[in-house]
Amino acid sequence: MIDILNGIVLFANFVIIPGLAYGAQLALGALGVTLIYAVLRFSNFAHGDLMAFGTAATVLFTWWLQSMGVSLGVLPTALLALPVGIVAAVAISLLMDRAVYSFYREKRSAPVIFVIVSVGVMFVLNGLTRLLIGPDDQRFADGARFVIRARDFEAWSGLDEGLALRSTQVLTLVVAVIVVIALFLFLNRSRMGKAMRAYSDNEDLALLSGIDPKKVVFWTWVIAASLATIAGTLYGLDKSFKPFTYFQLLLPMFAAAIVGGIGNPVGAIAGGFIIAFSEVTVTYAYKRVLDYLIPWWEPEGLIQLLSTDYKFAVSFVILVVVLLIRPTGLFRGKVI
Amino acid sequence: MKTFLIGTAIAALASSGALAEGHADSANIGIVLGFTGPIESLTPDMASSAELAIAEANASGLFLDGTTLAAIRADSTCIDAGAATAAAERLVTSDNVIGIVGADCSGVTTAIASNVAVPNGVVLISPSATSPALSSIEDNDLFFRTAPSDARQGQILADIVTERGIDSVAITYTNNDYGLGLADAFQAAFEAAGGTVEIVAAHEDGKGDYSAEVGALAAVGADALAVLGYVDQGGRGIIQSSVDTGAFDTFILGDGMIGESLTDAFGPDIEGTFGTAPGSDSEGFAVFETMAREDNITGDGPYRGESYDAASLIILAAQAAGSLDRGDIQANILNVANAPGEPIGPGELAKALEILAKGGEIDFVGATGVELIGPGEAAGSYRELEVIDGAFQTLGVR
Repeated sequence: MIDILNGIVLFANFVIIPGLAYGAQLALGALGVTLIYAVLRFSNFAHGDLMAFGTAATVLFTWWLQSMGVSLGVLPTALLALPVGIVAAVAISLLMDRAVYSFYREKRSAPVIFVIVSVGVMFVLNGLTRLLIGPDDQRFADGARFVIRARDFEAWSGLDEGLALRSTQVLTLVVAVIVVIALFLFLNRSRMGKAMRAYSDNEDLALLSGIDPKKVVFWTWVIAASLATIAGTLYGLDKSFKPFTYFQLLLPMFAAAIVGGIGNPVGAIAGGFIIAFSEVTVTYAYKRVLDYLIPWWEPEGLIQLLSTDYKFAVSFVILVVVLLIRPTGLFRGKVI
Repeated sequence: MKTFLIGTAIAALASSGALAEGHADSANIGIVLGFTGPIESLTPDMASSAELAIAEANASGLFLDGTTLAAIRADSTCIDAGAATAAAERLVTSDNVIGIVGADCSGVTTAIASNVAVPNGVVLISPSATSPALSSIEDNDLFFRTAPSDARQGQILADIVTERGIDSVAITYTNNDYGLGLADAFQAAFEAAGGTVEIVAAHEDGKGDYSAEVGALAAVGADALAVLGYVDQGGRGIIQSSVDTGAFDTFILGDGMIGESLTDAFGPDIEGTFGTAPGSDSEGFAVFETMAREDNITGDGPYRGESYDAASLIILAAQAAGSLDRGDIQANILNVANAPGEPIGPGELAKALEILAKGGEIDFVGATGVELIGPGEAAGSYRELEVIDGAFQTLGVR
């Protein structure tokens, strides 16, 4: 019995808890991707670097707050700086929209042109972020690091295996739940949310019924940039902030959005968790978990399906398989 | 700027005639280090240390009847073998250097040794390339190093681990020539001593999250985790993730992991963690440290002493040969580096030059206790360090 508990705790410590936190971060990012796709009708490759830009602004303001001696106690100071980061990300998004995307929208360019344009915007944001904060690893987390420490858990439970729960992991899940509820209330209840969904369903019909396209575009960028900054800040608090890592997050975020069905918010959330858990479970070595659960079986090797070097390959394979077998994704999004 | 231009022009003119005349008024020594790239924070102090030796020889006025030496820097980039080869080629052909101090990283050093040093017959002395693979390259005895091979560090690290009664370890290394070389050496030595290596896994630097890597490393149930990486890079991420999840309590650290930023970040969480770093507690290094401070070399990065020693060896070998000929310099490196002869510490180059001018023998000890063994590389001494009360303490020198 104790062995089974040990096995479960071990699995929770290395797979379930990290997977949940990573999944929530991916889901928030994928929501932004999917919203842009649904309303503005293109795949925004600049989303990863928008995350990096918003987070960089948050980090800078966090440092300023820390230097002023402001603190939230056990919670990270970055939460206070988050609104500033969001404003910065929204401002740069609207600027890019006004300067770049609106030109192609008026010409009614094909989606593939928008995609290429977004790659250009990505490189610009990429450079801006590096000018702003540099290419290096930055740490800005403060407050209590753990809710439960591994050694404390061992002492408390008497088990051989420890369970660690970081405060940033709890924070990630709590913030993600709040943000998702707020987003769905907005999309389903508010007038602007309904207008956005109408615009997404049928642009011409929506325009005929008197919906102002400028307002729809404005609010889409505001929401997407806010989601990106929140996701980026949570990821940075949980792991660490480095512009290049955020660029790399683009692949799992798109995989999440497409697996769930791009354009479908519920799908983006489900996709985020599917991708996160696939990455973690496929690259985890199960030897010790199995030692506890099936004591009479002594496996050769580590029982690891894929080396951790191939973590990003997992989301890529899932992406390709979904596009081949079920291009609309699990929750019937649009076909790319 | 104008005088600088004129100065370099004169130096270039003068040096181009150096070989023809045999004894000339000036000569150049090349310094090829990664002034851009992953270790760009370390190289300025290394180059200044090498130039310290050159300045010392010039100040004495005793080098080859008053020949003046000039240092010419070139960028090895640390990672781009093509760029490093081109830079070294330029030093040899257009600057006509008598010898090269460099390169820094093991990969580019191999490229320069086989593409530039061997074809041109010019001596290459690296202050910091530590890959064991460099011991066995085809170098026509032109490649030397004042930094010890990681084969030796792996052996020493394995000895320490065995002495502490740890009999099973997991190893993770940074995925490059340095990490792989050290990991191989450590694994071989540890297994030869009867220990078990449960898993060896590479990690990439510069990722945000290492929980998957640590999950795999923790799955084998080893007593301790050997982290052979960089303290400000992936190595720190691995330790962070291990401490967070409670996967390992004790870490075995290679030289790249020894740094204050590690104890600042984790302090009491990694109590009892131990490792090795090149260095000695010799008097020579303390003397060098004082000289460096006086010359405004303020950092405390690694391989400064090794750089000073590398440049000194080239100068002394030329003096012993009594010529600026590249072949004669090569033939005399081991003579000046090793016994017998009068021991020469840092700051004593004038004395050494005088002895050599009179036909005497010297044993260059330098800042790092230079003793070239085998194929011309430093035997090397290492400090054994342990984290005690949240800071690295030196337990002894091996």
